[in-house]
This record gives sequence, structure tokens and C-alpha cells, in this order.
Amino acid sequence: MDVLLDVRNLETQFQTGGGVVRAVDGVSWDVRPGETVALVGESGCGKSVSALSVMRLVATPAGRIVGGEVWFKGRDLLTLSEEEMRRVRGREIAMIFQEPMTSLNPVLTIGRQLTETAEIHLGMTPAQARARAAELLVMVGISDPGRRLSQYPHQFSGGMRQRMMIAMALACNPPLILADEPTTALDVTIQAQILELLKDLSRRLGAAMLIITHNLGVVARYADRVNVMYAGKIAERGTAREIYANPRHPYTLGLLQSVPRLDEPRKAKLLPIPGQPPDLSRLPAGCAFAPRCAYAIERCRLEGPPLGVIEPGHLSACWRAADLGAAELRREVAV
Amino acid sequence: MTTMVEPQEAPRGAGTAGDIILEVRNLVKHFPVGGGFLGGKPALVKAVDGVSFSIRRGETLGLVGESGCGKTTTGRCILQLERPTSGQIIFEGRDLIAVSEAELRKVRRRMQVIFQDPYSSLNPRMTVGQIIGEPLAVHGIVPDRAARAARVKELLSHAGLLATMADRYPHQLSGGQRQRVGIARALAMEPSIIICDEPVSALDVSIQAQIINLLEELQERFGLTYLFVAHDLSVVRHISDRVAVMYLGKIVEITDRKALYEAPQHPYTKALLAAVPIPDPALEAKREHTVLRGEVPSSLNPPSGCVFHPRCPIAIDDCRQVVPELREVRPEHRAACIRV
Repeated sequence: MDVLLDVRNLETQFQTGGGVVRAVDGVSWDVRPGETVALVGESGCGKSVSALSVMRLVATPAGRIVGGEVWFKGRDLLTLSEEEMRRVRGREIAMIFQEPMTSLNPVLTIGRQLTETAEIHLGMTPAQARARAAELLVMVGISDPGRRLSQYPHQFSGGMRQRMMIAMALACNPPLILADEPTTALDVTIQAQILELLKDLSRRLGAAMLIITHNLGVVARYADRVNVMYAGKIAERGTAREIYANPRHPYTLGLLQSVPRLDEPRKAKLLPIPGQPPDLSRLPAGCAFAPRCAYAIERCRLEGPPLGVIEPGHLSACWRAADLGAAELRREVAV
Repeated sequence: MTTMVEPQEAPRGAGTAGDIILEVRNLVKHFPVGGGFLGGKPALVKAVDGVSFSIRRGETLGLVGESGCGKTTTGRCILQLERPTSGQIIFEGRDLIAVSEAELRKVRRRMQVIFQDPYSSLNPRMTVGQIIGEPLAVHGIVPDRAARAARVKELLSHAGLLATMADRYPHQLSGGQRQRVGIARALAMEPSIIICDEPVSALDVSIQAQIINLLEELQERFGLTYLFVAHDLSVVRHISDRVAVMYLGKIVEITDRKALYEAPQHPYTKALLAAVPIPDPALEAKREHTVLRGEVPSSLNPPSGCVFHPRCPIAIDDCRQVVPELREVRPEHRAACIRV
């Protein structure tokens, strides 16, 4: 199957006072045209830095992409000049951030921020760009676009700002949208509106989407395929259905079991994952999850497991994934 | 080692499980905004607009709603961090709004709070031991220095932290550990009720369950009562005995946990529950995704009649005029909707 975005062995590091933080540590994943892929994991697992690396927006000089390739439409984005990269951003790959207020310019009108993209990337005249901006606002469900275009971001609610971010992302009809926690800052009813809008528009326009989130419910509702990240590496990858029905990494299983679910009888006790996520500048030898893992064996503490194939399309980076079937994993936890 | 009196044995104001520990009657909190020098008459944000509920000793009441619904302000009014515009807050038999300052200071010890953001609610220049020990010294609960250090260790252990943590600073701790420090600090005052204001929403998924389990263990051990303010409906279902749903400063539905989640009556509660995605792709594919239209209106200028009517899928003409009263629609189940 053809691939739209192909990230191979990406390595991004940050130089900090405490040493080198390996935020993304040799990660490979891809996105096919039109599909929705999720990068899921907790804070510090490297999911946002992965997306920023694709866009080459990692904050320098502390952060640096030190290895890997990012193939998009026959080019390795990591080898492009800054000038060429600027043409990719917004026009071919758009990004939606978590906090719309900090990603919009507070001193420019909504209209100016929307028309800028269309003028720069699509060569539209100001009048054409304004008509396009109005059209985009209607498309993302903002009524009265004429009045709205002359307003400023602070006059918009959180939900409206995120709609506006989506309008900006769609301005050039990009084939790929990277959405970094697009609804985390929003209320639950507004979150549902925005996610439905994103799903609907990406389908209608045929855009592929990478959703970065920590919310397992959002992943289940919207993603076709899922990459679970832990401590800068992919722990498990598969179709959403496979990952949820048949998790083959103890971390994935732990995440799924630790959240209370509205569709299940209320449990007397939750099953948390013990311990805390590791300090990325002082990762243990072997598997980074081993200190928190109930299934860890001697080998896990000595040698990091590779991302191995369980069955076609389903991969897990766990030494015990092969000999511990999902059914068995569950039973061990239940005891 | 000193022997400390644990909260459940606290002599003053203690009652038996099941009696009403806290009653909020017709609580109103309006904030004036703008106005003054050039603006003329200030406008009023009706943050809390006539809220009544009670909590029984030892139970957990969940208070849910979206941002701006007034759930946090309600908690702050109970703690007397905000002076209510009107209404009564009766805690262990005394109306907090009517008591003297000195009396209030004594009563307030027995109500503690755990905040959402464990980063900003701990003083970065104090060690964990000082953070937990300071209120013990200030209130003269444990005046002796050595006894205080022992008590701090004991409190750390209640919160699942090692005694060595006492010498650390907040920035040396993870988010989950900081929240445990916040919990230990609250326990230090031997409270009978703790207002938990979004205590897990800033934490990672794998840590949330640890903190929820800890709160439940402590409740059982010390006979604590919780007002659990949160927006995550799955978490609230797990921890609460009863649940109140707020919208634009009012309670729209209140009942026991089972009834609220299995047979919600108010259209807003139904919409909230439908909006929560369930971590199961097979189930999500079958689920109908009806999305509530519009946004929460400004509490500066709330809609007439039922404040929910502009977004309500079943609103009729009457809903624009009639302010629905929170009435019993089933035994022990109250909802504010004329269509129920």
C-alpha cells in the first residue's frame, strides 16, 4: 500500500542541564493517504516531539533531530532547505495545536490570519483570499463570517478558536494534518463537536490525519491505526480494533485497565500502573517499562526489546509478547 | 514517636456516619465585572445562582459540569475562600456565613482542599516536610518540633510517600508525588471533609488511578467525606456515591450514582454522557454520535427561562419563559426540566 508520510528511525534529543534527553529514540511509523493514525501515550513519551520533528519545528538550540528520515511525497523532509520546508508547512502538512490561544496571533484579526496562508501559499489576491477565508469559517461551523473576520482571537471562545485553527489548517487543502491534542483544552461537549468536525472534514477533503492524544476514548472513536508510545519509543502498533481487543504490550494493557469506563460495571478498585514514567535523561538499561511491569523477566532489565511482529500489522516491543497471549496477560492481572 | 489522634477519633463536631455533615442552601455568588470609573453600573457574572445540596458524613458527592458552570466557585464558597452573595453553608451544624472570624478559623481546619494543579499549589521554596509541617505549627496542633517531624513522616506514609521525601523540594517530585504531598497536607489538619477540586485531571492516565485509589483508601481509613469536583464523568462515576450536574450556575440534576448513569433524566446530563468517548473501537463504531449544538452561553447574560434551552434537543416554547425548578422526578432523584 502506498504511504503518504514515512517516518524512519527518527531520533530527536534535547540538551538539558540534567544531560541529554532522548525524547524520540529511533521511532518509525507511517500514515497512508486518507487514514487517521493515532500517536498515544502520556506526557513526555515523545508523541508531540515526533510531530514537531516532522514539521522541523523542534526548538533549537536545545532540541535537535539527530537521526532518521521523514519521507513525504518522495522527499526526505529532513534534507530540505528551510526555504523549501516553509513551502511544505501549511500547504502540504498542516498542524493543529492543543492551546489555540497561544498559537493564534493576538494582535492580528481572524481574517488576516486566515488570508495570510492563502495569499502566501496559493498566490491569491487579497479579495480572493478574503472570500476563501469566509468560506472556510462557514465550513468549520462559524456563522456570520463577515463580522467574525474582523474580530480578534480574544473575542472567540475556546471552541471557536479551535474551529478557527482547523480553518487555518484546511486553508490550502493539505493532504496531511497533524493534530496535537486538538481537544484537550476543551469541554467535553465542545470536544465532541470539534472531533466530529475534524473527522467529517478530513473525510470530505480526503486528508490524512495524525492525532496525538493521551485520551484512549478519543483514539477508539477516531483512529484507524494506533501507535502506543512509551519513553521515546513505540511500544505497540496495530489497528485500533486489534490494539484494544488484543493488547500485546503490558503498557498498553495497563493503560486500558487503569481508566474507569462508563460502559462497564463500576469496579470496586481501579488497577493503576505502579510507579512513575521514567526520567528520559536517565533511562534504565533494557526495556524502559520494565521497572513498572508485572511481567518483566531478567532479560527485560538487560536488553531493550525490538518492535517485533505479532501478526501482520500488529507489532509489540516486548520480550514476552510472543509467549504471553492477550488472554493470558489478562488472567495474570486479574489474579 | 508521638501518638496522634486520627481524624475519625477527633472529638469535636464528630458525628456518626450517615448524618448530614454539610448543607448548602440557596447558595448565590455573583461577581461584578467592569463598571466603575467609566463603565457605569458593573455587570454581574452569575457564577453560582441558587445551589442547594447536602452531603452525608462519609459519602462522596461528585459535582460535575463544564468549565464556567460554577462547580469550582461552589467549592470555594464552601471553604469560605469566596464570600457568598447570599445563601447558607451549614457545616457540622453551624452556618459558616454567620459565625465569628475566630470560630470560622477553628471550623475551617476541619474542611480541607486538594487542588487540581499540584505544581502551583505547593510553595517551591519549602521542602515537603515544611509544607506539611507548617500548618501543624501555625495552628498549634503539634507545637513540639520533634513530634512534628514524626507526624510529618506518618502523614507522608498515609499518602504513599517515603519518609525521605520530607527533605525534597516540589520541583524534585513528579506530578503524582506532588499531588500526594497535597493530600498529606490536607490530612495534617485532621479534616472531616475534603473538597477535591479536579484532583486528578492534571495527572497522566496511569497515575490518575493511583491517586483515585489512594483517596478511596484514605476515605475508608479516616471516615472522610469528599466533595469531588471534576469534569471527567468516568472518574466521577467511579468515586462518587451521589452526583450533582451543574450548568451555568445551577444544579440541573442530582441523584445517586447508579440512577444518574443508568437512568439520567435531564437532557444536559444525557448529552454529557453521550459525549464521553469509550475506549473500545468496536463499541464506538456502533454508537450514535449525537453532538450537542452550540456553546455554553455567557453567565453574564444567561438565557431566559431554562438556561439550557438554546442547546436543548427537546426544548419547547415554555422552556424560554419558565425557570424549571429542581424537583423530585423519581424517589431521591431531582432534575430541573419541565419536560421530564
